[in-house]
Amino acid sequence: MSRSLKKGPYIHYKLEQRVFQMASNPKKSVIKTWSRASMISPDFVGLTIAVHNGNKFIPVYVTENMVGHKLGEFAPTRIFRGHAGKKDKAKK
Amino acid sequence: MARIAGIDIPRNKRGEISLTYIYGIGRSNARKILATAGVDLNKKVETWNDDEITAIRNVINEEFKVEGGLRSEVQMNIKRLMDIGCYRGIRHRTGLPLRGQKTKNNARTRKGKRKTVANKKKATK
Repeated sequence: MSRSLKKGPYIHYKLEQRVFQMASNPKKSVIKTWSRASMISPDFVGLTIAVHNGNKFIPVYVTENMVGHKLGEFAPTRIFRGHAGKKDKAKK
Repeated sequence: MARIAGIDIPRNKRGEISLTYIYGIGRSNARKILATAGVDLNKKVETWNDDEITAIRNVINEEFKVEGGLRSEVQMNIKRLMDIGCYRGIRHRTGLPLRGQKTKNNARTRKGKRKTVANKKKATK
């Protein structure tokens, strides 16, 4: 079920503040965040955001197509390295 | 012959059913088309006259996306997901379900035919 339109998109308030700071600041740096549930708004485009995946921060360069998705969608939390016994195939 | 939206020629069925042979048109869209074209939905396709056929064609052309156009739109949407590298795009690439279903067993629609692993250890009691 999608979120009520009345509330508007969810963006963590501190993250939003940082994004606005970055937008006015010509010197761009990476914003670290744990807020995977935050929606990517059009203000994010062109910024690099380091999204936590539970272990480390994954840098995500935001492009126009990503608007409307959530940050967590771009930082996978599980890494599948193949099944046991399939080692020789996985190496290729 | 009734040739609508390219190559589809469904005959000897009721209009409502016959239109669903077109990709992108199901029962409810078929009913809407017939209603706006002013054709009775129980009327068989072979009894349609030329005016009715052109009316139906016009409705489909103007208001609906069908066949090739629709297929390419769906493909474009999938391609967009894969290009931006989001979770759903990754699942499309690996051929696994996108919406959080379990993959321990089943999920055969996405995974395809079972691939048996040779020499898999048997459960020992």
